[in-house]
Amino acid sequence: MGSVSYVYLQWIGHGGPEEGMLEDVKDHTQSVFRVPARIAEAKEGPADAFDPVRGQYSSTKILRWVLRDVPADAGKIVAITDNDLFIPVLTFVFGEAQLGGKGAVVSTARLRLDFNGHPSPPRLFRARLLKECMHELGHTFGLTHCISSRCVMSRANTVRDVDGKDWSLCRDCKRLLVELQRRQDN
Amino acid sequence: MNKKKTRILVVDDEEIVRESLCAWLQEDGYSVEVAPNGGVAIERMKSEPWAILLVDLKMPGIDGLQVLEEARKLQPDAFVIIMTAYATVDTAVKAIKIGAYDYLVKPLRPEELSSMLERLIAQQELMRENLLLKKALKRQYSFQNFLSKSKKVQDVFDVAKAAADSASTILVLGESGTGKELLARAIHEESPRRTGPFVAVSCAALTESLLESELFGHEKGAFTGAASQKRGKFEQAQGGTLFLDEIGDISPKLQVDLLRALEERRFYRVGGSEPIDVDVRIIAATNRDLKKAIDEGTFRDDLYYRLNVIAITLPPLRERKEDIPMLVEHFVEQLCVETGKRIEGVSTETMDFLVGYDWPGNVRELKNVLERAAVLVKGPIIEPDDLGLPVTGASDTEGSTESLREMERRHILKVLNEQSWNVTRSAQALGIDRVTLYHKIKKYDLRE
Repeated sequence: MGSVSYVYLQWIGHGGPEEGMLEDVKDHTQSVFRVPARIAEAKEGPADAFDPVRGQYSSTKILRWVLRDVPADAGKIVAITDNDLFIPVLTFVFGEAQLGGKGAVVSTARLRLDFNGHPSPPRLFRARLLKECMHELGHTFGLTHCISSRCVMSRANTVRDVDGKDWSLCRDCKRLLVELQRRQDN
Repeated sequence: MNKKKTRILVVDDEEIVRESLCAWLQEDGYSVEVAPNGGVAIERMKSEPWAILLVDLKMPGIDGLQVLEEARKLQPDAFVIIMTAYATVDTAVKAIKIGAYDYLVKPLRPEELSSMLERLIAQQELMRENLLLKKALKRQYSFQNFLSKSKKVQDVFDVAKAAADSASTILVLGESGTGKELLARAIHEESPRRTGPFVAVSCAALTESLLESELFGHEKGAFTGAASQKRGKFEQAQGGTLFLDEIGDISPKLQVDLLRALEERRFYRVGGSEPIDVDVRIIAATNRDLKKAIDEGTFRDDLYYRLNVIAITLPPLRERKEDIPMLVEHFVEQLCVETGKRIEGVSTETMDFLVGYDWPGNVRELKNVLERAAVLVKGPIIEPDDLGLPVTGASDTEGSTESLREMERRHILKVLNEQSWNVTRSAQALGIDRVTLYHKIKKYDLRE
């Protein structure tokens, strides 16, 4: 029998994570992907990922940094940060993942705000975070964007897009996930 | 849309840009690869097809605009998007002029990039559908390589298709440049003889004795210079089709020889004594009025009736002007392949002129005019000035009462003067062959 591998959830923000936030993500991960999940020890993210000109953090640099130190039994790792993330071509990203790889990073910064930049209710923020964590984790399992706007794997460019999604995978993505997981196990 | 089939090449010298953009696009399901500089990008373009190229403007060595220029040559169907963090109006204008699909100033909002890519792929799919539709239309309006949607030519196609199945001799009539040989080839390709040879002879281009030897071949020593035995066109066309162009120009003696060969299905090589059986379908063509030639005693009526089993008359281009836009598009596409130039088409003004012009040299002249324009054109669109035709003159004559004969006379004289009476060059410019030009010079009594 092979050893069990876990999906690790790790806080790498400046402040501490809100109470119960990572536990929620963990429960959802286990429910949606049917894999065991664990919460890793929190760390402060890499300082060199900060771009003083843009006042944002490079998601690609953070992802590289996260992958440098991964628990031995980690099949996947999702880092969650309160830093605003960007990639050079775009003004911001909610997160970044390695397609079919090991790591992903999700930012809470823009998920806390509504479309006009005002703070959103905490419950709404929590729902968005769960959806985006499932979304990025889905990429690490090899799932690409889904054309169904209700599926958690649909592309979200705004918080409105995130709010329009369900919490879980659509039927087609679920089937595809089973196939991808079977291939990864083999 | 099938994103997995959409191949995107990201060209940027910064690793972090390549990596992040590649990851972002892969999440969308695109098939993405990266190139760290312009040189690698050009090599990748030489070896693989790409639907979209996202190219950074400022790169050491070969920059984004140079990559764009190469892409236009190597992969004209690919959409190139130039990306830059330092936008200037000049470079944006230059990029779009060279043929970039868009010019992006980094950073973009995610929804801008998403929607632009979706728009672009939808456009590519539309172009593909368009192409398929065009091909289907071409099939509908074509008889082999002969294109026309005019009622007159469609009727010709119907007769030609029926004639193709038979073994009958066909006489193709029509002005110079109307496509008589093209139709003959099409009939051959549609006929049960398609696996056999198609052999064409221009009867007007050779003297009587040379044409005789050309048609029937000769034995060794048949005449001075006949150092070895030679198979003639009749023998070469065995099992296939022999196309006799400008049949109205052959001498009385050869008319007799040809008639005998057609009636007996056998002939003798020049200087030969053994008859040679022949199995060829004859398609003859002429731009001359054979009935008039019979009346004048220059053409045998028995040969005329032997040739005129099935007669097909090709209308001149001025009588099927509805075909001009389709022919222009067809020739421009052909010229793009032949010249490697990226010509999108002709301007509305040019098309108006082309449709309005009378085309004394018919389709051949149209093709030659476009060939010349393809060499001269600077941008992607052919303008009236590129045509080398008397544009203002054509519109001036539209309302005039000048006869077609006078217009033709004047135009031929003008071209001859322009070409210093060099008949070869003048014939090329007019889109007619030299023999026809000699006839016209004689007919109109033109003098230097």
